Amino acid sequence: MAQPQVRKPIEGFLDNKKFLHPKFAANYGNWKMHDRPRPGVLHHVSHSGDEVWTVKCGTQRQMDHYTIRKLCDIADKYAEGFMRFTMRSNVEISVSSADKVEPLIKALEDAGFPVGGTGNSVSMVAHTQGWMHCDIPGTDASGVVKSMMDHLIDEYKHERMPNRVKLSTSCCEINCGGQADIAVVVQYTKPPKINHDLVSAICERPTVVARCPVAAIRPTIVNGKPSLEVDERKCVCCGACYPPCPPMQINDPESNKIAIWVGGKNSNARSKPTFHKLVAAGLPNNAPRWPEVNAVVGKILKAYQADGRPWERMADWIDRIGWPAFFEKTGLPFTKYMIDDWRGGRVNLNASAHIRF
Amino acid sequence: MAKPLHPTPLLDELEKGPWPSFVTGLKRLAKDNDMAVDLLGHLEHSYETRMGHWKGGTLGVVGYGGGIIPRFTEIKDKDGNPRFKDAAEFHTLRIMPAAGMHYDTDTLRKLCDIWQKHGSGLIALHGQSGDIMFQGATSENVQKAFDEFNELGFDLGGAGPALRTSASCIGQARCEMSCYDEAKAHHLVINKFLDDLHRPALPYKFKFKFSGCPNDCTNSIQRSDFATIGTWRDNIRTDEAQAKKWVAKNGVSALVNQVIGMCPTRAIQLKDAGAVAKGEHISSVKVDDKQALEIDNKNCVRCMHCINVMTGGLQIGKDKGATILIGGKSVLKIGATMGTVIVPFHPLNTEEDWENYLDLCQRTMDFFAENALEHERTGEMIDRIGLANFLEGVEVEIDPNMINRPRMNPYTNMGGWDEEVAKAEARKTAA
Repeated sequence: MAQPQVRKPIEGFLDNKKFLHPKFAANYGNWKMHDRPRPGVLHHVSHSGDEVWTVKCGTQRQMDHYTIRKLCDIADKYAEGFMRFTMRSNVEISVSSADKVEPLIKALEDAGFPVGGTGNSVSMVAHTQGWMHCDIPGTDASGVVKSMMDHLIDEYKHERMPNRVKLSTSCCEINCGGQADIAVVVQYTKPPKINHDLVSAICERPTVVARCPVAAIRPTIVNGKPSLEVDERKCVCCGACYPPCPPMQINDPESNKIAIWVGGKNSNARSKPTFHKLVAAGLPNNAPRWPEVNAVVGKILKAYQADGRPWERMADWIDRIGWPAFFEKTGLPFTKYMIDDWRGGRVNLNASAHIRF
Repeated sequence: MAKPLHPTPLLDELEKGPWPSFVTGLKRLAKDNDMAVDLLGHLEHSYETRMGHWKGGTLGVVGYGGGIIPRFTEIKDKDGNPRFKDAAEFHTLRIMPAAGMHYDTDTLRKLCDIWQKHGSGLIALHGQSGDIMFQGATSENVQKAFDEFNELGFDLGGAGPALRTSASCIGQARCEMSCYDEAKAHHLVINKFLDDLHRPALPYKFKFKFSGCPNDCTNSIQRSDFATIGTWRDNIRTDEAQAKKWVAKNGVSALVNQVIGMCPTRAIQLKDAGAVAKGEHISSVKVDDKQALEIDNKNCVRCMHCINVMTGGLQIGKDKGATILIGGKSVLKIGATMGTVIVPFHPLNTEEDWENYLDLCQRTMDFFAENALEHERTGEMIDRIGLANFLEGVEVEIDPNMINRPRMNPYTNMGGWDEEVAKAEARKTAA
């Protein structure tokens, strides 16, 4: 009998040339400058004299195909049939004449897509999969982000922050959402609960032991079966053992908390890139709207907006005023958990007489 | 018509408010898609219990070892049957978008058509590594959907201990800050290492990211093992008309406070136009009739700040290339690490430049494959073996641009000092 026909995949990375807006293709590598005629609009000028206007709008990232088709319809009717997405799930639709900009903005806003996210605004939140699809999630990033952006939409649509504000949300401590000016990240507060009946069948024990950053896991026998145990005095509740060993359940509806981190910066502009720093924790995982998280994010943004100078990112602002002033201005409590005791952490302590009184 | 919706009082709260709602989108899908109906029920159950309810598994397409993220429901009734049977299998296909995430509407609609036919209709644009995430296919439909995406020209992305899908900024296509052809680099690298992308055989994940300038819009220093960041070696270029326009609009105080005062190496001064220094490394531009900016390019670290502020008035140089940093990663297991400078300046113009670049990529991947421990990223490997050993392994000469400051402790055997001095002299002579 003949073997069933198996289709062989065509391996290779798709060339992007055919997806470029014609002005992008014609002026590839030849752009001169840009400005922002209004929030949500970028205007680029080429050395050739060509100009292109780009309207940027926000989406829910997790899009139904109807939403994408709606964007396509708008891009066809009010623009020139091309669009691109940013790293933060914003859509950018470009046009080659200025008179197309306002009708395009109106069409996007009428269809429910907020126009903004440029310059010194609060952009859309980079985020992870959460309860919708992840196998190890501590929360639902899509829901946290939707509730945050409902609060922040005016700051998305206006440019009235000292500099750009980039946010991220991550559903576990692995922090797939990445570094950000303000990052919302799940923080576990209890060691894993181990189902000893399942460990030997599901987990490769040496791999799990090796995964622990503080060597708190060791092999053991429970009820005659090989299993693992956790030295709970050593455990830092990071959840690293959970992905390779699902019977070591780290998630819990009550003990999963949310932490807020600030001052992460990807760009090299002014200061070197920085990682975000812990400024709040213990916030409840309060689905479906996470009001406590929104309250803290709001406080931080308000303090930054009031006190930051033009072009200071969150990290630059805090660098100038110092951490005591940050905690004073935001009203957030400074706790012992903010004092770094991880390896190399002493570089984060103040080894000077530099004190602001 | 699909089956009726499950009640979702908690998710319904996320239909309120002005930002686009993913819940409203899911409900649109649920009008004619039973998988979306059950996904809503499944997700509502997570909101009620505040727990995730998916487990992983093993699933692939013919010829590949990775790229599909399998998900099976863990919400079962007392007989062990899935409570949300039409979402009992809810797998994701990671598909690589073209570099820069550009689309024409025709292609986007075709992608939608395929996913409407074979999947839930839910698409994330894009995942954190830069994949299109087609979320929600049954085990049976994964291959069918992939075949159609593949016929359209799209290939599967990476997952597991493999080369991962990469990302590049918009760059040359629409940005005046771009210092090399990011899309070309992205394209060459992915196509060179397709086997490592599709058939996971590395110690752990490996990510490339490509940013056209030090603004690093792809976050390559913090999020990739191998970051290629555009830069330039010659002087900042200036445009007097644009510089004057900026100062006329924003004022001299803004120039002092926002441009000069924020230069991290104090490389910019405001001078009387007649008193500007002359020299091969000086850029200058008049900002009004009397005064001019003087930039000491020898002391400029290419941070981008002044160019970002005075776009057009100040511009990147012409002798362009890239800085390469290796070893960025997120939290697991030693804490987040940033990439370290491995090559301060790599030209990316001629065919030979590109060959040398790809050769460095290859040496790095080979060294990682052979020397990293299981589940160890490049950053952790470099921490474990030391940068000097890593450099020897990938055949890159040391350079003081790789460090913030020299060692602050005496704990190493410096018996080979004289030989190392000879090497340093030889490097100086060769330069």
